[in-house]
Amino acid sequence: MERSGAEPGDRVSVRAGRVRAGILMPGYGGHDALVLKLDSGYNVGISAGSVESVEVLEKARPAPARRRAGAARPDLPRILLVSTGGTIASRVDYRTGAVTPALDADQMYEYAPELGRIADVRTCSLLSKHSEDMAPADWLAVAEKVRQEAPNYAGIVIAHGTDTMHYTSAFLSFALAGLPVPVALVGAQRSPDRASSDAAENLLGAARLVAGCGANGIYVVMHEGTDDGAVACHAGTRVRKNHTSARGAFETVGGPPAFTIRGGDVSRSIGRFFQSDSFEPRIALSEKVALVKCHPGYGADAFERAAEGAEAVIIEGTGLGHAGSNLLPAVRAARRAGAFVGMTSQCIAGRTNMNVYGSGRDLLEAGAVPLADMLPETALVKAMWAAGAGDPGELMLQKIASEFSD
Amino acid sequence: MATVGLEIHQQLDTGRKLFCNCGYDDGPEYSSSFRRRLRAASGETGLTDRAALFEESKGAEFTYRAHPASSCAVEADEEPPRAPDPAAVESALLVAGALRSEPLQYLHPMRKTVVDGSNTSGFQRTMLVAEGGRVEAGGAVGIQSVCLEEDSASRIKDGEYGLERLGVPLVEIATEPFEAEAGRTRKAALALGRLLRATGRVRRGIGTIRQDVNVSVGGAVVEVKGVQQLDQLEKVVRFEVSRQEGLQEISDMIKKSGWRRERWRELSSELAGSKSPVIAEALSRGDAVLGARFAGMAGAFGHSPSPDVRLGRDVAEVARAAGLGGVIHSDELPGALSEREASAVAERLSAGRGDAFVLVAAPADKARAAGEAVTARIEQVRDSGVPADTRLATPAGQTRFMRPRPGAARMYPETDVPPVALGADQMRAFEEGKKVSWEGAMAVLRKTGLNAQLAEQVFDSGRAQLFEMACGIGAEPNYAASVICSTVTGLARKGLDSSRLSDEALESVFEALAGGGLAKEAVEPLLADIMGGAEPGAALRAAAAGRLGAQELRERVQKALEDPDLVRKGPGACMGRVMSELRGKAPGEQISRLVREVLEKKGVA
Repeated sequence: MERSGAEPGDRVSVRAGRVRAGILMPGYGGHDALVLKLDSGYNVGISAGSVESVEVLEKARPAPARRRAGAARPDLPRILLVSTGGTIASRVDYRTGAVTPALDADQMYEYAPELGRIADVRTCSLLSKHSEDMAPADWLAVAEKVRQEAPNYAGIVIAHGTDTMHYTSAFLSFALAGLPVPVALVGAQRSPDRASSDAAENLLGAARLVAGCGANGIYVVMHEGTDDGAVACHAGTRVRKNHTSARGAFETVGGPPAFTIRGGDVSRSIGRFFQSDSFEPRIALSEKVALVKCHPGYGADAFERAAEGAEAVIIEGTGLGHAGSNLLPAVRAARRAGAFVGMTSQCIAGRTNMNVYGSGRDLLEAGAVPLADMLPETALVKAMWAAGAGDPGELMLQKIASEFSD
Repeated sequence: MATVGLEIHQQLDTGRKLFCNCGYDDGPEYSSSFRRRLRAASGETGLTDRAALFEESKGAEFTYRAHPASSCAVEADEEPPRAPDPAAVESALLVAGALRSEPLQYLHPMRKTVVDGSNTSGFQRTMLVAEGGRVEAGGAVGIQSVCLEEDSASRIKDGEYGLERLGVPLVEIATEPFEAEAGRTRKAALALGRLLRATGRVRRGIGTIRQDVNVSVGGAVVEVKGVQQLDQLEKVVRFEVSRQEGLQEISDMIKKSGWRRERWRELSSELAGSKSPVIAEALSRGDAVLGARFAGMAGAFGHSPSPDVRLGRDVAEVARAAGLGGVIHSDELPGALSEREASAVAERLSAGRGDAFVLVAAPADKARAAGEAVTARIEQVRDSGVPADTRLATPAGQTRFMRPRPGAARMYPETDVPPVALGADQMRAFEEGKKVSWEGAMAVLRKTGLNAQLAEQVFDSGRAQLFEMACGIGAEPNYAASVICSTVTGLARKGLDSSRLSDEALESVFEALAGGGLAKEAVEPLLADIMGGAEPGAALRAAAAGRLGAQELRERVQKALEDPDLVRKGPGACMGRVMSELRGKAPGEQISRLVREVLEKKGVA
């Protein structure tokens, strides 16, 4: 193989028993095999040991020109499309054989050229990551980028992996409180390299939202359900990924989506997203925050390890906001060490209320703070932000971005 | 010399879908539905498939209907596929063995782009299993490839599909091209169908085997889909050969004319008030009518080298398939336009005596695309003679344009499913497959004492295993064969539905016969009942109890009431006579209901 000088993309003839001609593909799938794309389009794997000879028939030609994107439209609202990676920017990766974020913002524009009819779109590639690799440091970079660019645009669209999109949206909601222009985080549950992808429709919905909803706020824009044709825009602090793979995986917990977009129609059900009109960016965070989930058998020692050195501990309690009485001493100890201890519920829907049962009252007495109906993930992100930007004890119950209801 | 190649798609009888655990019950009841649009995505090499672009340009939205017994989130494209069912992989290898094909070392699941809506994902999952091989069909026919694929969704109507068939495992066998001598295509298809059945791993019944045929007279290869019957196959090949030869002749005419593409011009004002149905209807809808001159091409659109082969018809089919409206050409004159209109159009387009013109009528935003599609098609015919089409077989044995034939750009790796290395189990299936032959299956049947003709009939009925089972429990072979073949066929000819007669039902009939609980004379009426829609278990119990089946009961009642004297005496007398005749052979209530029905039809009562 090496001696033949064949490289991926070359048209080659491979002898391994029978002789096959085709395009040499980068190998994938973890097998020690050469992969050849036959003229029929099928890929075949041929184990390296059985290859007798490889002959280059024709060197690779440069990739053909792609489908053209729309022209700039200075008459339309100008929006910025920022790419951070994720399924919405993914195609096949020959290292693993699975999909990986490889498309930049320009290429995204190419698969949804109708964007040009909605807005004057500028693009920027910031990151190229799966969302499970998005670290808090990346949230800071995204927030900083949005803060810098916001004055030049009617709105900003951020293409993002879906797994942790709601964490990023929550962070932007607190770090950029009062941001005057709308921001839409958008993802896809099906990569754009397939015809059934939801990427283009979600992207178009996100562009419609930020170009024309007339409201500010941080939103997550995804399919409303399994049907094409309806896109839901969820408040960035009230949203959760509630399905591993379905198009309509994201849901606003405890209410309707902030906006719903059907075709060109945008219908609104949110009043205001930010509690204050003044823009007060506080782009900071501390990672010394833990999220723990109470479950039968969850012991005090596990809680102590999680709380060690933490500035805040968010408990995902059971029911109305409970934890086993075995945890009471550990909660007290964490409070004594100066940590904020906040209570949310693993029920996801509904408010905490720690006065109904004795165990709740004991936890209150130990210093745990009920966080109303704040989602556990939102509470985690808010506590990280609050610990970096000021005092969690003070900030956690101050409503900033619709993160809990009154 | 014309060559043909066959692609046989045969469903496998694994009882479950290829990429999930759903069964494939054909029950037509749907409990949910959803709507999707598809976009053409670019292939692995960065090219976008031309067939996909063509379908996308139609901008259709599709509705899918589903039932939880036969589809899940995988078919709805809401969940990634699971690993391919090992039983299906083994069956495919067994088929490969039977075809003396050479298995690959790894199966690479691929996505074959199909954006006509028949797959929720916009692609069909397929993997190449083996290459090469041959089948004996009065001379060897070479095999190109054996693939394992998922079946597409079933079409309910335009733009609407059912998910029960989506994901059913199929083997696709493609033959090498062979010469299209009369009868050869049919023989090859028959031999492949029989060999597949001899493996014992394939489904039986309507729609479980489909064949596409590729035809070429030396230029591009044309793929014809949707051939349902073997007899239609030969007709389609003959038509396609004459169509392609005709197009080559037309191609020469266009070349000689020296035609070059010209602009399409708006003609709505020239044609205002036209009586031509196509034009008048289009203008009343607010559509645009465009026209273009085809200099030097007078006669080329209407020239018919063989029946139903004309350039005018060809471009009209292309425009229609693209959803782009109606086409009129100057060789259709007079008739399509009045003389005055024709000369106004000719004048506007500066079309002289030796020139032709074409009009397209389409919605304003599509009219220019329609015109361009016509021009591009004519350029294609001029430059290559036969355009590489995917065409649909018509019941009459002709073919109709569907879309451009897809190329290699339609294939993309199925990134959700890792490649599968073939192991010892699969290779055992392959070796087992080598022992399978139609002759072998026939020899087994002949051993029971059947003559060659009956053995062939039993085999082609797809119920050889059932036959063997019946003989195993003591049925006389010739009698069992006649029930399976002639009785069922005879009833089907009378209009009864043989698809209602499952193997299980027939099995219980033979069991009842063997156990002495059923008389031979009761078998035909019983099968008639089942094929007429009766629940098999109840029908069998009724027959076993010496009672009449619904079908026979009705006949007996009708017969008794044929007596005009009796009918004249009134409903009461009729009821009395029939009851006394049929007492005990059916529930009284059922008899009296039938009597009333029959009398009502006669206008009595």
